Order: sequence, then structure tokens, then C-alpha cells
Amino acid sequence: MAQYKLIRCTINGEPVERMIDVRASLTDMLRNDFHLTSVKKGCEVGECGACNVLIDGEAFNSCIYLAAWADGKSIRTLESLTGPNGELSDIQQAFLDEAAIQCGFCTPGFLMTAVEILETKKLYTRDELRKLLSGHLCRCTGYENILNAVEKTMKRRLGVPAE
Amino acid sequence: MYDLKALYEATSVQNAVELRLEHPEAQIIAGGSDVLVQMREGKRAGKELISIYGLDELRGVSIDESGNIRIGSLTSFSHITRDPIIQKYINVLGEAVDMVGGPQIRNIGTIGGNTCNGVTSADSASTLHAWEAIVELTGKNGVRRLPIKDFYIKAGQVDIRVEDGEIQTAILIPKASYENTFGHYIKYAMRNAMDIATLGCSVNVRLSKDKKTIERARIAYGVAGPVPMRAPHAEAVANGQALSLDLIDRFGLAVLDDINPRDSWRASKAFRQHIAVEMAKRCLFTSIQLAGGEL
Repeated sequence: MAQYKLIRCTINGEPVERMIDVRASLTDMLRNDFHLTSVKKGCEVGECGACNVLIDGEAFNSCIYLAAWADGKSIRTLESLTGPNGELSDIQQAFLDEAAIQCGFCTPGFLMTAVEILETKKLYTRDELRKLLSGHLCRCTGYENILNAVEKTMKRRLGVPAE
Repeated sequence: MYDLKALYEATSVQNAVELRLEHPEAQIIAGGSDVLVQMREGKRAGKELISIYGLDELRGVSIDESGNIRIGSLTSFSHITRDPIIQKYINVLGEAVDMVGGPQIRNIGTIGGNTCNGVTSADSASTLHAWEAIVELTGKNGVRRLPIKDFYIKAGQVDIRVEDGEIQTAILIPKASYENTFGHYIKYAMRNAMDIATLGCSVNVRLSKDKKTIERARIAYGVAGPVPMRAPHAEAVANGQALSLDLIDRFGLAVLDDINPRDSWRASKAFRQHIAVEMAKRCLFTSIQLAGGEL
């Protein structure tokens, strides 16, 4: 017998309500019910970080998060970063400028962790950033350009001169 | 989609106990970073789940009326690391759980789930053993508390009485255990993130007032046997002894009388024994320094 649950939550600032199958992961719900396809299905066991989204401001792998748990939560995906006419946010632009993207599959997950990092408004060292970003796998870039993009955006936002 | 038969979401601890009595075959799910992965692998496929993830009353760190540190079982690793009480009294626990998986895993993973899993490699387990943590279980007969060493029965099995509807509700660090005590944890793994410990070692010490003598040393390992374990021979070598580098060497060698690591695809028994000695020495050295002792 299929089992359903009514979920009320906020997705990218919009209050929504949906009847979901309790077997769904949050990735399933965001992709299939809300067409938020920035949320990638990668490993589906919480290792690669491609499905990462922010829930009440903290980064979670949505593949190992039950959709049923989304009730009452505020969820943000990559789609929330762009402006009304598709304008890129500073961190997205930095990923382009630093060539932190190649195939792009890991990019939405990395960007949402970057948002979590930037919203702490703290100045982290390169090593700290490396650790904070360590929950994502990227097979193209070698990570250095991703670190550059996050580090430069962090410094720009905090008004710290880049070295 | 997960291959789960049914999902029961507990609305309170009492309700969780009732659900457990009603559905004894069901699996309890906290953060799910182990349970959901095992379900995906097919190990727990087709099972019923009782979710306790929504029970906010099981989140947070506080100090109870007896001065014990009380960690709600659903407190996530990242919240433990950032908690001011943890940072002040048992910072090593915050450091240890900051080595679990990666950042997103530390946001979902809970200390209750980490211990209820019963695995020897859990990054929280060796530190909880070394600080003589008390596990609090709540069931139909009320609250039961037991030392963490008795909580672990064998690999993958802990003392939770399903027939009594028990769930783990807190982990306590007794005041006598954390007062004037300083510790250090080393995780030896192949990668810095998203890896399971080849061996984990947690040491803590309390020094005499003049900082010249070890009043009490405690050491525990993960992956040195089927369950996390203390090393009593090593502790006996250090207790009551004057600080010296020679003492640290003897402390390290003594752990070989206690531990029983195995050969596995991650590492050989001989390699684990070798690093166990070195990790004990380094952990003790750093713990003594943190306690203000000079070597």
C-alpha cells in the first residue's frame, strides 16, 4: 500500500504544499514534483554532494534525506541564486571567471555549500575552506579553481584584499 | 524512491516508545546517513521505519542538575562541534566528530545514531569510551542508564531492549569524568574526508595541581577490536606517575597488552598495532600539553 504525506514547506522563498510518497527522498521530491533539476542525482548514498541543498541554512545531501522530513522546513536550491531575469549571483560569476566548472555536474552542490560558507560571514583560511568543501566530488577541475572561486568571493564580500 | 514498507513518524519520545512496541520489526531512523544508505544497498530493503528525526526535544547540549553534560541523542555532529559547553569542557569530542564523513554528513549525522549503530569505527565512540560516557535509554519502564562500555555488546549490536520499546535519548558525560580533564583524538585514515578510520585513538588526562604528575589517564580505541575499547594496562602504567617522555613511551607500548585489531582490507593487524602505539604516545603528549604539563 502506497503511503502519502502532506508536506508544507518553503522552497526558494515560496510557501508550497504537496502530497508526497513517503518513500521519496528530498532529491526525488525537488526534481520530480518541483522540477528543480539543479539538484543532481549522483551517488545517491551521500558521498558525492551533487544533490546538496540548504535546509534552514545548513547543507544537506538531499539524496539521504526523506522528503517527509521537509515538512515545515525552508529549502534552498541553486535556482534561488539567480536574479529575476536570470542574472548570476557573485559566487556563480566567480565559478565562471575562475574556470571552476567543466562538466558542471558537481557545480550546483558546490555552489550551495559555498553559499552556506559565505553566509557565516567569516574569513576562513585556505585549509579551512578545503575542509568545508570536502563533501563534494569533482572529477574535472582538480578542485583548485573551485577553491579560488569561493576564496575570492569570500574576500570580496568581507572587503578583504585578495592576495 | 526508497524501498521502505512503511514510515512511522514519532511525535514525542513517548510516541516513539509506543511505535516501537507496536512495530518491533521496524528500524529506528535518526539522521539516516547509515540506515538510508543500507536501505539503498538492499540490506534493509522492504523494512518499516520509525523516524525519530523530528523530535527536537532530543537535540542540544546542556548541563543537568548534577553537573553532568547532557547531549541529546539527535544532536548533529556539526552542532556538537560548535556547542559552547562542548568546547569548554570536552573539546576533544567536538574535534573527533568533526572528522566524521564530510560537512553535509556532519549536518545530518547524530551522536545517537553513531553509537546505536554499534560499529567500532565510529569517530565519537572512542572518545565517549575514554570519558566514561553514560548512555540514557527511554522505554516503557522509564529511563535506563548504563555505562557506554556495557552498551556495546558486539560488532553491530548494542544493548537496546526492543521488547521494552527502548530508544536512546541522551549521552551523558559525568562531572567527575570531565572536570580538569583534557584530551586529544587522532583518526588515522587514508583520506582527510569521507573516510572511515583505519584506527582511532582518544586519550585524556587529569594532572596534579603542580602539573608534574598524571592523576588519571584514560585511553580508548576504535577499530582495535570488534567494539570500541579502553586500554587498561596502558592506563595503569600512567596513573600516578611523574611526567616524562619515558613514561609516554611505556604508555604507548603497554596498549599492545590490551588491543586486538584484525587484518582487513583497510590495513593489516601488524600495521594497526604499529600505529596504535604511535597514536597513544602522540595523544598522551598532546593531552598533557593541553592540561598545562611540561615535557
